[in-house]
Amino acid sequence: MSLKKMILALSAASVLAMPAIEAANAEDSIYVPLFTYRTGAFAGSGSPIADGMHDYLTMLNERDGGIGGVKLVIEECETGYDTKKGLECYEAMKPKKPVLVNPWSTGITLPLIPKAAVDKIPVLSMAYGLSASAKGDVFPWIFNPPATYWDGFTQILNYIADQEGGGVDKLKGKRIGYIYLDASFGREPLPLIDQLSKELGFEAKLYPVAAADMQNQSSQWLSVRRDRPDYMILFGWGALNSTAVKEAVKTNFPMEKFISVWWPGEDDVRGAGDGAKGFKTLNWHAAGTDFPLIQDIQKYVVDAGKSQVSDKSKVGQVLYNRGVYNSMLIAEAIRTAQEVTGNKVVTGEDVRRGLENLNIDEARLKEIGLEGFTQPLKLSCNDHNGHQSNFVQSWNGTAFEKVTDYIAPMSDKVIPLLDEDAKSYAEKNAPWPERTEACDAS
Amino acid sequence: MLYNIFIDPFVQMVQMPDLLVQTLWEGLVSGVLYALIALGFVLIFKASGVFNFAQGIMVVFSALTLVGFYAKFSSWGFSGHAAAFLALLLAAGVMLVLAMLVERVVLRPLVTQPDIILFMATFGITYVLIGFGEIVFGGDPKQMIANELFLPSGSVDIEMLGGLVSLQKIDIAAAVIASLMIVGLALFFQKTRIGRALRAVADSHKAALSVGISLNQIWVIVWFAAGLVALVTGIMWGARSDVSFALEIVALKALPVLVLGGFTSVPGAIVGGLIIGVGEKLGEFYWGPLLGGGIESWLAYVIALVFLLYRPQGLFGDKIIERI
Repeated sequence: MSLKKMILALSAASVLAMPAIEAANAEDSIYVPLFTYRTGAFAGSGSPIADGMHDYLTMLNERDGGIGGVKLVIEECETGYDTKKGLECYEAMKPKKPVLVNPWSTGITLPLIPKAAVDKIPVLSMAYGLSASAKGDVFPWIFNPPATYWDGFTQILNYIADQEGGGVDKLKGKRIGYIYLDASFGREPLPLIDQLSKELGFEAKLYPVAAADMQNQSSQWLSVRRDRPDYMILFGWGALNSTAVKEAVKTNFPMEKFISVWWPGEDDVRGAGDGAKGFKTLNWHAAGTDFPLIQDIQKYVVDAGKSQVSDKSKVGQVLYNRGVYNSMLIAEAIRTAQEVTGNKVVTGEDVRRGLENLNIDEARLKEIGLEGFTQPLKLSCNDHNGHQSNFVQSWNGTAFEKVTDYIAPMSDKVIPLLDEDAKSYAEKNAPWPERTEACDAS
Repeated sequence: MLYNIFIDPFVQMVQMPDLLVQTLWEGLVSGVLYALIALGFVLIFKASGVFNFAQGIMVVFSALTLVGFYAKFSSWGFSGHAAAFLALLLAAGVMLVLAMLVERVVLRPLVTQPDIILFMATFGITYVLIGFGEIVFGGDPKQMIANELFLPSGSVDIEMLGGLVSLQKIDIAAAVIASLMIVGLALFFQKTRIGRALRAVADSHKAALSVGISLNQIWVIVWFAAGLVALVTGIMWGARSDVSFALEIVALKALPVLVLGGFTSVPGAIVGGLIIGVGEKLGEFYWGPLLGGGIESWLAYVIALVFLLYRPQGLFGDKIIERI
């Protein structure tokens, strides 16, 4: 046989054998795709989260041989935080029967919401996406724990009220600026802001920043200088965060009155120098590596050269640990699904049940190796979010420090608005299917 | 409504003149930086008739190269001003190598092809540079080594017109350096033999070749000049925010400048940049709130198109009269 024929024969044989190999993999493994963005304009936020997510799941494979003895097949798909690319990733991964997807973009999450029930693939949009998707009775396939953007916004308002010396009545007459990425993510809280500004009597000033102008925000900050808001709230991502902090410093805006939702990390603030001291963000988990689980990640993945992290010192930073938290939810959902269904190799439908039965209590956190890392989380058939409390952390020049206790969201205001929004979503997308998925007794 | 559009902004300008001056200053600084980016496009378009789509990524790539070299030196224990300027020199060297590669691998083989093919080839260059840059430098944003390059920080606060006008020293430096660079390039192309050769190539490739001008050499020079412009732009924008692939999007802000100033005019790029910079800042600040804010990303194009209604050949273009 000539060399050419031999190569052709080998190629043909490998092509024919491929489905068999895939089928074999599918039988004894769980496919977990990760939508990530390590490239493009938002890579600054995307990379550390991708590292944290990937390293946790890899550690489970290396240390425990997967979950419940079943190996995880982890595959990243690069979305570049681009909705079109994200949907391409989804379509490419769908035939491989993913047990859930993490879009890591509100823009990608929104078009996946109607697809999830049809394709039987749960969507885990951890603390992003459509706030109303917290309503499990309307969105049985969508999960957005541990807090919605609406919860986050009201937690910041509660913090501001506290700084002003009391309850929410202290917000009356205040001027509160909202600077945000002018995309699905940043626009998500706008209906809430509109409603609450009327109810609570504060004046909202909006400063949208187009993606093309993330690094060119001088107009918005000039407007801030003119409007003189009492407080500024930031909902940014990628280079928008670092530029906003720099511009706030440049404008001499008092940093102790500049508070962000949970997305800025250390690298977003460091570049602004000492002027950024006092900048605040919400958070629900610890930074650092003083947790047995993070140390296992270092031992089994980072030190073993199986991580993509660009610098080992980034392990334990805020956004890296955010990725770890996200993968903890994935792993616990799979583990719970195995318990609830009795299946070891679980499907998307099983993991949806796993998410609805998720109960990560203190004991479980300790067992995982994350004692003191975060608060317990319990989801249910109707509550796909948890509406968890968050704390405020402040930048001290080298790291974020926790400066408050856990602050609860204004659930009395948020929940009715979420109900209304979920109803409105279903009406706008009629005929929106009634929930037919049974609830497990818990 | 009419009051809000036609009266109120001007009332604000009179009532808060310090903010007007601040807005004009911010617009001028942005305008100078847009002009620098546009200049990179114009240089290449003049010499080869090619709209270089890769100019934006060249800004990112050159700045990442600079920061990357410096980081490497620092890891060897060599840091500070000397290391920064050596990194700057090496980054300029990389842009020269890039210019030579582009000429040898892309332009020379495609010289006989229609302009649109060359234009598409610059898309290829863009994606190669993005991929190569991400492999070498990673996607994480980097801090520009502004202090090490003796770029100033802090601000000059001037009390005037009943208020305070704050001029960032880095912005002043950007305006001065960009102006010097523009003047230097203008002198280079007007007064030197190479500059005259470039203008000859711009007028007619064939005529230039017939008098012994090396087209290949001119292309290398002009791509290198565009690379240097990109490097300076990357340093200035990077110092204002950080060095990341998001800067590529900012570079596209030069497009309305080119529409306004013309693709072949260096003065057009400069004046166009200033008009767009000042226009978009004034528009966003005084009229933006009426439209919910965030209008400057498209306002620049509106300004350019309105100008073109009255002067279709662009600001400094020649009026072409074709007789049938």
